[in-house]
Amino acid sequence: MTRLSLTLTPVIIIGVAIILAILNLATPATSALHVSDFVVGLAGKYLCYALLALAVDLVWGFAGILTLGHAAFFALGGYCMGMYLTREIGARGVYANANLPDFMIFIGWKQLPWYWHGFAWFPFAMVMVLVVPAILAAVFGFLAFRSRVSGVYLSIITQALTYALLLAFFRNDMGFGGNNGMTDFKDIIGFPLNRSSTTTALMVISAIFTAAAFLFARWLVGSRYGQVLVAVRDAESRTRFLGYRPEYYKLVIWVVSAVIAGIGGALYVPQVGIINPGEFAPANSIEAVIWVAVGGRGTLSGAILGAVLVNFGKTVLTGALPGAWLYALGGLFILVTLFMPRGIMGTFGRRAGAETSLPTAHEKQGLAAIDGKAADLAEAGADIGDGEKTA
Amino acid sequence: MNAQPIGAVSGDLLYLNGVNKTFDGFKAINNLSLTLAKGEMRAVIGPNGAGKSTMMDIITGKTKPDTGQVIFSASTDLTKMDEPAIAKLGIGRKFQKPTTFENHTVWDNLLLALAGDRSPWFTLRARKQKSEAEKIDSLLETIRLTDHRHRRAANLSHGQKQWLEIGMLLAQDPELLLVDEPVAGMTDAETEQTAHLLRDINRTRSVVVVEHDMTFVRALGVKVTVLHEGSVLSEGSLDHVSADPKVIDVYLGR
Ligand SMILES: Nc1ncnc2c1ncn2[C@@H]1O[C@H](COP(=O)(O)OP(=O)(O)O)[C@@H](O)[C@H]1O
Ligand SMILES: [Mg+2]
Repeated sequence: MTRLSLTLTPVIIIGVAIILAILNLATPATSALHVSDFVVGLAGKYLCYALLALAVDLVWGFAGILTLGHAAFFALGGYCMGMYLTREIGARGVYANANLPDFMIFIGWKQLPWYWHGFAWFPFAMVMVLVVPAILAAVFGFLAFRSRVSGVYLSIITQALTYALLLAFFRNDMGFGGNNGMTDFKDIIGFPLNRSSTTTALMVISAIFTAAAFLFARWLVGSRYGQVLVAVRDAESRTRFLGYRPEYYKLVIWVVSAVIAGIGGALYVPQVGIINPGEFAPANSIEAVIWVAVGGRGTLSGAILGAVLVNFGKTVLTGALPGAWLYALGGLFILVTLFMPRGIMGTFGRRAGAETSLPTAHEKQGLAAIDGKAADLAEAGADIGDGEKTA
Repeated sequence: MNAQPIGAVSGDLLYLNGVNKTFDGFKAINNLSLTLAKGEMRAVIGPNGAGKSTMMDIITGKTKPDTGQVIFSASTDLTKMDEPAIAKLGIGRKFQKPTTFENHTVWDNLLLALAGDRSPWFTLRARKQKSEAEKIDSLLETIRLTDHRHRRAANLSHGQKQWLEIGMLLAQDPELLLVDEPVAGMTDAETEQTAHLLRDINRTRSVVVVEHDMTFVRALGVKVTVLHEGSVLSEGSLDHVSADPKVIDVYLGR
């Protein structure tokens, strides 16, 4: 949590994004310096994952809530954006019906369900990107924190939450495209999605949101609120005897975190061109926890770094050795847990006396607890969702 | 003062009457009655497992009694309130096992304990204030941790943690302090300083101290309540209870 990382992190994120953008737009495709749309798209995708990782780090690193369901908020943000993009297709769909998305016509629906109204209007959809994850998080968090569910039990119900949503969104009669989700998007507020400039703009916008979310998160954890939060993480019952109500402290960070994850999901969908129930797969949430563990729990910049590095590794490895990824991820997690429990930034990114650094024992315990679980769940989740995710 | 009061009177700060608490069939608190006057300091002694800490759990809302009255300031029923509400009422507690915020500095531990608004909305906007800094500085003096203010609590010695926790207790500015075994792990000199400190604190606040260390209890020089098997065995000056055959029986008969 150095001052240096406070300025360096956003500068690097935005700087790299701008350089990639320039090399993509301003150099001819034949130039050795040219960066392809594919690479720009990958960078944009990694940045969305970085937002999810930031969200996870806020609750896990600073409130001690090991969430194994954060992809649910990411996916909900994604679905809100997907609904907008679907309505934006208009009459350009297979059935050429401006009032009804193709998948609804396909299952014989005659009119747009009430909860789809307004999504054709971009500002409304963007508000929903924030509101939908926030409401789910608020209700879930209120119930869970008020009844003092914590530790492994809380982790398990977060996992149950995302799994329940996975099953729900698989159903055609939910009206979100069932198994196939939504795809074949044409444009976003008039900009064709298949154009280089749009791809680049989306990547740069993702970078701006990531940098902004990072600065906001830093401000939060650096405030007195953040100090109380860390106190809750380390000695929750003690804070109660001082007159604090930890449930409200957790609720605030939980909702903020869900909104950040939702923004990540919303930026992700136009860049990958699809949203389907696979995004709710339990394995996705567990992967996000691993990014944070690798980058350094409770460091924020580490969460971003972890998300980018691990996903870069995933891109390279799935290209070279498809099928080996889950084993590599599991192995990486075990190695980090055993040999680098503070993650990359926790180990190299700051000096020993840092205020919010975690006691190693505490952290090891936390990691070890999900170690076994993650392996099982990753397997299970992979069957359900990962297969249909587009690279 | 030996007669059982029938109800809390206005001079009483804390009034426990007929309190019972059973854990899985084990009676940890057994028809316990105890009255603490405003401004009083009371030492509570008793063998391990006598129910001293459980009594504090009940007063601070951590444990709900099965039956009995726990009344604060003659009118507030503590059994109906939870820990934060009781803390805000003005009851502070130091735990038997020192519990500080290990990852925070000594300074920040005191800052978070400082009396004030406890809502996230307030702490989100809270700025450093001169008045706060002054209070913390003076607390640091009191608990002799001025030179250690920038150290993480995790790196303090056991005795220093005890003092930090007493400092946090004072920062809360409570009317009543419940102090559970404050001198465990302290040197003789530190023990004496702590007795001093508590007597000092008692000038403006009421205190209940649980302690095993008889030298310390003697140094406090206050009325002593002996707990045994969850109820009061004897009460009076230290000399009085030391001479009580029932007390001698319990301590020597172990
Ligand atoms: N939460 C609890 N659950 C079960 N038993 C408890 C609990 N709290 C205290 N006890 C039991 O009550 C008895 C009194 O404990 P305690 O109040 O800690 O004693 P003391 O502080 O006087 O040494 C002990 O036998 C202890 O094991
Ligand atoms: Mg005890």
